[in-house]
Amino acid sequence: MSEPVVEVKHLRKEFDGTVAVADVSFCVGRGEIVGLLGPNGAGKTTTLQVLLGLTTHTSGTVRMFGKELRSHRVEILQRCNFSSAYAALPTNLRVWENLRLFARLYGVRDSAAKLGFLLELFEIKHLKDKVTGHLSAGESTRVNLCKALCNDPELLLLDEPTASLDPDIADKVRRILRQIQREKGISMIYTSHNMREVEAVCDRVVFLHKGMVIAEGKPQQIIDRFQRSSLEEVFITVARSGDVLDGSGTNTG
Amino acid sequence: MSWTRISALALRYTLLYKRSVPRMIELFFWPTMDLLVWGYVTLYLQRLYATAQSPSAGMGAITFLLGAMIFWDILYRAQQGVTLSFLEDVWTRNLLNVFVAPIRIEEFILATYLVGIVRIGVTLVALIGLAWLLYQFNLLAMGFALIPLFINLLLMGWAMGMITTGLIMRWGQAVEALAWGVPFLVQPLAAVFYPVDVLPRWVQPISHALPATHVFEGMRQVLAGGPFPTAHLLWAFGLNVAYLVLAAWWFRRMYERARDKGLLAKLGTQ
Repeated sequence: MSEPVVEVKHLRKEFDGTVAVADVSFCVGRGEIVGLLGPNGAGKTTTLQVLLGLTTHTSGTVRMFGKELRSHRVEILQRCNFSSAYAALPTNLRVWENLRLFARLYGVRDSAAKLGFLLELFEIKHLKDKVTGHLSAGESTRVNLCKALCNDPELLLLDEPTASLDPDIADKVRRILRQIQREKGISMIYTSHNMREVEAVCDRVVFLHKGMVIAEGKPQQIIDRFQRSSLEEVFITVARSGDVLDGSGTNTG
Repeated sequence: MSWTRISALALRYTLLYKRSVPRMIELFFWPTMDLLVWGYVTLYLQRLYATAQSPSAGMGAITFLLGAMIFWDILYRAQQGVTLSFLEDVWTRNLLNVFVAPIRIEEFILATYLVGIVRIGVTLVALIGLAWLLYQFNLLAMGFALIPLFINLLLMGWAMGMITTGLIMRWGQAVEALAWGVPFLVQPLAAVFYPVDVLPRWVQPISHALPATHVFEGMRQVLAGGPFPTAHLLWAFGLNVAYLVLAAWWFRRMYERARDKGLLAKLGTQ
């Protein structure tokens, strides 16, 4: 792997004595899509928030694009973008106004052409003048993704990007993300509770449990290591394992 | 009609108060602030009435009230410019998008300052026009003194906005009412509608420690035909510098605390 875009070493995050992330280390290579998986409370959201500079970490190092996140936050965020099913664009602005606003925040040049291309790519050009609050969940998600790609990010952090989409639109979105990743070599960190989606989209998976990495590798490697038939089964095994799962992924209980 | 259902709903709304200190405080806060302000206005008018030599003295007080009302709005809008801009992103769940963008916290604050100026500009034009049209009260007759007085109110409004936003950032939507409450907490002390000497003696030093007090005293001095309020303006400006430094420190501290505790993300997805 060439120089990693993201390099997390022994990341630890405590909230008032409660350990959300105990010890997480992983890398994301250039042009790689890495799925961050784990049951609720595994630490994936906290890890994502640390990478986005929303939350500061207690210890460990986070380097992105070869730079320390703590001291180069703005510089790093300039090269990233983010989309989440749980964050919305201002509902009282029109789609075009919202996108222009974020393009401006990210300092995008020739934003009109760039945004026009993205709206077309996600097949939502007709929504340009609609008030964002009047969009359906699927339309909002696609507008969010246009915002997330407006600055040609080198790293895209996606928090359950297809959570509110019907299977058809979700499939379209996955294909577009894959296409963009291939064409532009964007790295992505992807969280999802849809294990089939993770198998389809991610090159590699980092499985978290109780704030630790318990398995890492290609989706099929993880399935094989846990001796299950799908990632979903692995997920259920991990979620129900309690404290009896060892680092190799085998149930010792 | 079912008493069980009515009592269940009443219980649901009452429980809100049981678990929320800000909501409990709110029950007493607004009525108390109203009582204080209107109580001191009454004392001021009584004093004017007792000492008035001619009916024009009463007219003077009314002029003060109109001027004070317009001036108060500048302070209020400047504070709201900062606080409501932040809350707007909380309400529309856009906070995450803003704070994961490559912006510095200073840039965020400066943008909210600008919003404050625009809000004030719009409000001022409307209020000055209406006051002139309806009451033949021409605020612009105050002349050059208006500019430094306005600027000082703007500065204090920004400082209050940063303090309020810091509180909301740290304690979340539970203290959202402070966005409107903080200016009104200051109002009785800032001698907006009455001179400082109407306040009890022990409150007066506290009042003098507020930049707004000097602005409102200066305004009354100019409206009464007195000289340019240099001393009041110097006091107001000096205090504002101190308050702005303190507010900026507080805001940054609350921002860092919010990042440490993961509150920005929580606030952004509530």
